Amino acid sequence: MRTWYSTDQEAIDSAFGAFFGAESPIETVRAAEPTGFDPELWASLAAMGGAGMALPEPRGGGADLTDLAVVARQLGRHLAPVPLIEHSVACRLLAAAAAGSARVRQGEAAPVTESRTGPDLAESVSAAESGPGPDLAESVSAAESASGPDLEALLAELAAGDRIATLTLRPVTSGQARLTPAGAVAGAVAGFDGADLVLDLSEPPGSAVPNTADLPLADRDLTGATAVASGPAAARLWAAARAEWQALMAAACAGLAARSLEIGVAYVMERRQFGVPVGSFQAVQHGLAEAAVRAEGGRLLAHRAAWALGAGRPDGNRLAAMALVFCAEAARFAADRALQYHGGYGYSAEYDVQLYYRRAAGWPLQMGEPAALVAELADRDLGPRGEPAAGTEADRGERAAG
Amino acid sequence: MDFSLPPEAEDFRRQVRDFLAANLTEEMIEATRDGTIHSPSLHRAMADRGWLSGAVPAELGGGGLDPVELCVLIEELQLHRAPIDALGVAIVTVSMVLEHGGDHLREAVVPRLLSGEALACFGYSEPESGSDVAAARTRAVRDGDEWVIDGSKMWTTMAHVADYVVLLTRTDPDVGKHEGLTFFVVPLDLPGIEIRPVATMGTERSNATFYDGVRLGDEWRLGDVGGGWRVMKTALKYERGIAGGQFPSPPVVEAAVDWARRTSDGAGRRLIDRDDVRDRLVRAMIDVEVARSFAYHTAALASDGVMFGVEGSMTKLFASEAYKKHCSWFLDLMGAEGLRTAADPGAHMGGRIEENFRHAPVTAIYGGTSEINRNIVAESHLGLPRAR
Repeated sequence: MRTWYSTDQEAIDSAFGAFFGAESPIETVRAAEPTGFDPELWASLAAMGGAGMALPEPRGGGADLTDLAVVARQLGRHLAPVPLIEHSVACRLLAAAAAGSARVRQGEAAPVTESRTGPDLAESVSAAESGPGPDLAESVSAAESASGPDLEALLAELAAGDRIATLTLRPVTSGQARLTPAGAVAGAVAGFDGADLVLDLSEPPGSAVPNTADLPLADRDLTGATAVASGPAAARLWAAARAEWQALMAAACAGLAARSLEIGVAYVMERRQFGVPVGSFQAVQHGLAEAAVRAEGGRLLAHRAAWALGAGRPDGNRLAAMALVFCAEAARFAADRALQYHGGYGYSAEYDVQLYYRRAAGWPLQMGEPAALVAELADRDLGPRGEPAAGTEADRGERAAG
Repeated sequence: MDFSLPPEAEDFRRQVRDFLAANLTEEMIEATRDGTIHSPSLHRAMADRGWLSGAVPAELGGGGLDPVELCVLIEELQLHRAPIDALGVAIVTVSMVLEHGGDHLREAVVPRLLSGEALACFGYSEPESGSDVAAARTRAVRDGDEWVIDGSKMWTTMAHVADYVVLLTRTDPDVGKHEGLTFFVVPLDLPGIEIRPVATMGTERSNATFYDGVRLGDEWRLGDVGGGWRVMKTALKYERGIAGGQFPSPPVVEAAVDWARRTSDGAGRRLIDRDDVRDRLVRAMIDVEVARSFAYHTAALASDGVMFGVEGSMTKLFASEAYKKHCSWFLDLMGAEGLRTAADPGAHMGGRIEENFRHAPVTAIYGGTSEINRNIVAESHLGLPRAR
């Protein structure tokens, strides 16, 4: 058991820390508002291999999910205005879909033509809980492998960072993907319409919907999208991608929380009131300490979730959802405490803590309402609503004794 | 990163489960309602397995249990609601004696504690000093080859069944408060010792102990004269290692889920089908996973030879505060029915939620209050100055 970074991960951590520190200072973050995207930063990131690192090694990548969580945490610390988490998860998703298609083409697996209506969403998602399985190729639609988008060429573009990929996170209804994460800049949008995993390669709008967190959100029309996988395989791929995004976003939120606290601590040590540093007051210290405990607990859970997903553990999806719920709250609490202890200056646009406060709320909300995530966890751990009672009054005594 | 428990620890977990299936009975758990959260036969059975000596750090001559295995042991004991008030005290006392004690203590006390034949309790707090433990006023005065002890201690839980009290005394009132302290291991059957019960809001019985001209030889001294604070710091270090407070919530969550499945609200809806109930149950489960992540992290650090500090404070602070919150939530969940105590045969699952609700507050107080732990986090983790 190693609950801390490996030597390689320490190198990744310091490399990305240094990179974002140099290339994404807070002035860059501010300048990137309101699109929430800095093309130069993205180009620099691509030049150092960051765009393709999530892809499998033969495709120019090789970073696993625990490595990506290390990077996501640094991205969170620096509020880096690049959609690296969405791009990385979409890369993994499309590479898995491409691997399935290739196996169909090479005749290693029998193509299974499935209707676009498919099984209903709930069923598909519950079938998908176990992550992409060995039968993936069987279920990837033969039609897509013949006439669909050229995934091989696309993956090469994504690896080089010449095109940005994303995923809608929330299901697509009637071909519309409202507030698609990175939708303002992504030239490859993957979505799930309840039956198929679809891919849209149209030009991004380049401008974002004005939003709280200055994220590159855009409403995207996916009516022209084509299916790249369908049926149970599509649902499985989609569920895995959602869970990966949750774990990585949790790590980013943990990084955001930790950096908010550093900013808060620096300020309360510098700011003097009543003749002493504000940070010498216990009320202030305890608020920051409580936030630090939650940030650290969230960090550990996020890394554990990324590890569990990568290792194919049965509780991977559960831990990922839990990590996001917890880290989102931890980030918001940390940014709130840091802002509060700035006093009035925390509310002013000039001070950086407000940048953290807004993103702490906006980043995780891209997934949708937290209550929906909690409800999914409830279905998983408590069973769906309306299931027959597990026991009766008669066996109460027996159960109590056992 | 790799959060998987080593195969040895998973094997060990199975051993602990088998052990508990064979040795822990519901009667044992019910017997703790007399206020003594200790089962002599369970304690000795664990000692026979070598788990007490195994939990003592290897560099002190103990060993056999990796810190991760020790964490698994505590986790399983807590998940199964085993009464273990005596366990941590024995392990910490032996560790303190092996690090600081002379030949007499090592020979007279250590084997008896490790075999489970004898029990110890802590005598740190006093009526006038709790978190400010270095302010202890209980006096030890040298008289020839002997020491004479006068004073009183609070929260000497288990003293009424224990053989020894690990006593923090003041041997020099004329130097700084951290300099004039000295530890002794005091046999509780010496003349001049009085043990009075202290009833608590929880089921636990604690004690106040009084020392009136208690005479004992210098061989019972633990560490240097005036070196008590150094001994105290190692005690806190070992206590954090086996905090035993990382996993208090799961039995309460289990009882709440069971209640919610069986019970309908006034509108005829099962509680477990209601959004507000599901929300709280899930959030409690998330807290449990956060606490587990903390506990495994501290254990993995210790296993790697890193003596953790602030991580132990974070683990204890988070787990105890979450536990308190969960007990409060789930008492509410049960409504008026939650008020039935174990004494009522109609109480759900032996009144488990009600009993935990009364017990929970002490976990955020003993072994370092939440406020002391926040001070530690503020100073050691965030680098803030010492606050008043």
